[in-house]
Amino acid sequence: MSMRTDNNENVSGLTSDAMNADYVSLVVADQLFGIPVLNVHDVFSPKNLAYVPMAPLEVAGVLNLRGRIVTAIDLRHRLGYPPRSAGDTKMAVVIEHHGEPYSLLIDSVGEVLSLSESLFERNPINLDQRWRDFSEGVYRLENQLMVVLQLSKIINTSNGAKAA
Amino acid sequence: MDDLLSEFLTETNESLDVINAELVVFEKDPNNKSVLDNIFRLVHTIKGTCGFLGLPRLEAVAHASENILGKFRDGALTVSVEAVSLILQSIDTIKLLMAELEANECEMAGDDQELIDQLNHIASGKSLAPITETPAAGATSAKDSQDAQDAGAIKPLVDRPLRPGEVSLEDLEAAFNSAPGPDEVQDAIPVTAPVLQTPPKAEPAAAPIKSSVADDASPEKSAESSVSNQSVRVSVDLLEDLMTVVSELVLTRNQLMQLVRQQEDSDFNLPLQRLNLVTTELQEGVMKTRMQPIGNAWQKLPRIVRDLCHELNKKIDLQMIGADTELDRQVLELIKDPLTHMIRNSADHGLEQPEKRIAAGKQPVGIIKLNAFHEGGHVIIKISDDGAGLNLERIKQKVISGGLVSESEADSLSEQQIANFIFKAGLSTAEQVTSISGRGVGMDVVRSNIEKIGGTVDVRTTPGKGSVFTIKIPLTLAIVSALVVEASGERFAMPQLSVIELVRASDNSEHRIERLKQSPVLRLREQLLPLVYLSDVLQMQNRLGAGDAGVSAEARKNDEYVVVTQVGNFRFGIVVDRVFDTEEIVVKPVAPILRDISVFSGNTILGDGRVIMILDPNGIAESCGNIRDGQEEEVLESASITEKSKKISLLVFRASGAEPKAVPLSLVARLEEIDCTEIEHSNGRDVLQYRGQLMPLVRVPGYAEIRTQGRQPLLVFTDGQRTMGLAVDEIVDIIEDELKIELHSETAGLLGTASIGGVATEVVDISHYLVEAFTDWFNESRKNRAKKIQHALLVDDSPFFRNMLSPLIASAGYQVTTVENAEAALALRDKGIVFDVIISDIEMPGMNGFELATMIRKDDRWGQVPIVAISSNGTEADFERGREVGFTDYVVKMDRGALLRSLAENVIIHGEAA
Repeated sequence: MSMRTDNNENVSGLTSDAMNADYVSLVVADQLFGIPVLNVHDVFSPKNLAYVPMAPLEVAGVLNLRGRIVTAIDLRHRLGYPPRSAGDTKMAVVIEHHGEPYSLLIDSVGEVLSLSESLFERNPINLDQRWRDFSEGVYRLENQLMVVLQLSKIINTSNGAKAA
Repeated sequence: MDDLLSEFLTETNESLDVINAELVVFEKDPNNKSVLDNIFRLVHTIKGTCGFLGLPRLEAVAHASENILGKFRDGALTVSVEAVSLILQSIDTIKLLMAELEANECEMAGDDQELIDQLNHIASGKSLAPITETPAAGATSAKDSQDAQDAGAIKPLVDRPLRPGEVSLEDLEAAFNSAPGPDEVQDAIPVTAPVLQTPPKAEPAAAPIKSSVADDASPEKSAESSVSNQSVRVSVDLLEDLMTVVSELVLTRNQLMQLVRQQEDSDFNLPLQRLNLVTTELQEGVMKTRMQPIGNAWQKLPRIVRDLCHELNKKIDLQMIGADTELDRQVLELIKDPLTHMIRNSADHGLEQPEKRIAAGKQPVGIIKLNAFHEGGHVIIKISDDGAGLNLERIKQKVISGGLVSESEADSLSEQQIANFIFKAGLSTAEQVTSISGRGVGMDVVRSNIEKIGGTVDVRTTPGKGSVFTIKIPLTLAIVSALVVEASGERFAMPQLSVIELVRASDNSEHRIERLKQSPVLRLREQLLPLVYLSDVLQMQNRLGAGDAGVSAEARKNDEYVVVTQVGNFRFGIVVDRVFDTEEIVVKPVAPILRDISVFSGNTILGDGRVIMILDPNGIAESCGNIRDGQEEEVLESASITEKSKKISLLVFRASGAEPKAVPLSLVARLEEIDCTEIEHSNGRDVLQYRGQLMPLVRVPGYAEIRTQGRQPLLVFTDGQRTMGLAVDEIVDIIEDELKIELHSETAGLLGTASIGGVATEVVDISHYLVEAFTDWFNESRKNRAKKIQHALLVDDSPFFRNMLSPLIASAGYQVTTVENAEAALALRDKGIVFDVIISDIEMPGMNGFELATMIRKDDRWGQVPIVAISSNGTEADFERGREVGFTDYVVKMDRGALLRSLAENVIIHGEAA
């Protein structure tokens, strides 16, 4: 529950209205995810991704975003989805974690949603173990559910202790 | 003007300006604690610095002002106009004194007693505290300043960020800590005067700091263009930021250039060219701001050397050349300690005592020379001494006793290789541990520190003449020149500094990648260079598309490039698919998530906008640690069948049939592969023109034909002038194992079968082939094989003969123990081991064969054991002397038949006698 409170504090600064939170919605393998809008620095179509050998598997590579070197993390891999096939679209959202820029590779990016807190719900008890770590909670949207991603958990991967 | 002084003037003038302004604020608002604290701190800093620099007049005035301010702060004094104006007046006095100081570079004689008295009057007169302040009294003054200092240190109540020009307390503290304190000075320079009013640090304290700092600009005469106006203090952080921005600019410029290059005729060409120039200039300019003369790292050295002179009773002249050679301050910081260590080392180990020097015909005063200069983007620092040079013999002993290499391997090391052992951990040649050095730590740390910044260190030594250490370090760590290479379709940057050369290797060219088992090697100028495939190191074998998946060793591309790389003294080759251009790159740290990957030192953006990973040669060398270790192990464990029957390296090959065959690797001089058309036939034998000689080729039994087409692998054995080639099918591997022949063979040319690496392997008797190849080498074929097992001791300092003779003797039915010198032989005797026959070389280092025989004959334990002398000398006088000292027989080394015969006769005789 404490996590939830943290989120409230975090989000309160970002919301236009005390009860609403703004999220950038994004799609990975047909699932809708949300990232607090103020955490998103950039959205772009990734090009020239340089492969980094021996890197953790979810690291798709590094790329140059307007002079900054950004580490790309493939959310498909991170969330346990099969890799995208050649024809699939690919987008990237840039977030910052401990002052370092990271880009999350996703399938597509959706609109910014301003969501009422009443739609928010904690992780259902039977949620996949892997997802339970990444997910902060779920918004019940009209047609689908949107999972709010915990960015620090997404990025702090194998060497979490180090980066922390 | 002294750097320190000019810095002080700049700093203090800035502080005084701040104080002036703050005091005015303070007068209006006496309750503003933060303003007061700030003033107090600044005045305190000035006072402290004055004392430190030996400026008693300034110090006294500042101290008196500080007293009052301190009382304001403690609430012991109420703020009055009178008091504030007095402080302002004292600030003016300080300014005046500063101006004089700036003009004359020293404090003018004079007296500010009147002002100080007034200040003290204010401080004491209205003081509510019972203590009457008399700052003139030494004890109280010292106590006061201590108090004040404590107060300053405990309560850094500055609640605003430091303004430019202000010195934080930490900085001040650091300055105090780094400067030689009063204690140190007293040690060095006997201070006769008792410590009184002015603390003793004054003049003597400043001296050692000044000593090596080159006087730069001459003092400006005109008051207008004062030193303090010529320099601006900029925080290092700001410079770092600036550097980062410039790096970005450089990258963007590179990108633009790349874009425009693709277009033939562009309007951008001209402006871009200018942008290029300006960027380069800007880059150089910013780099310069980070540059500091290397002399800054040398400042403490004269003092250290001076102290060492006393401690070691040596006379040392430290010469420093090129102190103004500039390098990046980041690099400078990193080499400070290694340099200091090396100077200590030179003084302690390198230079001899004056008496020894005179005896050696040298000047009693030893010279340590530090020389720094630029060379092609690097800074070279040479540290030379004219001492005794490295004691290679002692290093060798140490290396052997430390178990780094075996004795036999040590024999084959070049002097240079031995000298380089001083950079290995745990090796000190100092006979006794002194307080300065000799603890066996140090040079390895020096090396690793230098390697950390991409530098190298090397040593050259001439016995009796001295040693030269050469350090090569990059000018800066921020922008480096890098070679762009490709492996498995991915590009990587390789710092140019560690690249020695590039070799193109293909099957058709002179350079061809060969394999020993799976390990790729390259022949490069008479040396084998171990290779690693970059795609293997980076585990990218399966990166390419399905068609290329699993690029196996055999399916490698024919055309490859070898980047010959040096890490420390370890040289290896990195095999890449392609080599592109070199490019100036800005090293950026990798994201934390990737920081664990040791093979990358950073990443960067190339001119075309792509991100590229920068390889770390150290990391690569480490990640293929088995290579590096392997090489060292190879040195460690060479073939010598010693008492404990240690593991030896065996070269495993195939020839005639599938079963592997082996010979001790140490017997093999070279591995060759020749074109079969080069093989000629003469006198019924196959011969080959090899290095200006005719080399006979021999075959193992059952080996049908030497190939007539294609290429023929050969094992080359050499002894002195004679060279022999053994034709084999394939070289399989090098295996470390015990050579224990379990099944003796009756086939000529095979010693028997041993289990090597768990596989039954035929051990080839090289001596048989030597006979086959050179009928004059040994005149008789082997005989006397079957006999009851006799125990023979072979004493020979030459690894070749130990390796060659011991299988020979063993095959004659003896159990052989080999030792490498007479002392070791006697040690065996002391252990109570009994031999049936002793075979000893005559010429050996240390105790020679004659002496050994005398020793043996003197003692009962081995007194009756026959001793056969083997020697390359075969004069009658030698024979005579040998008999006199107790040798039973005397054979010429090469005369294998005679040796076996002699053994047989003597052992039988001995046996009958017994």
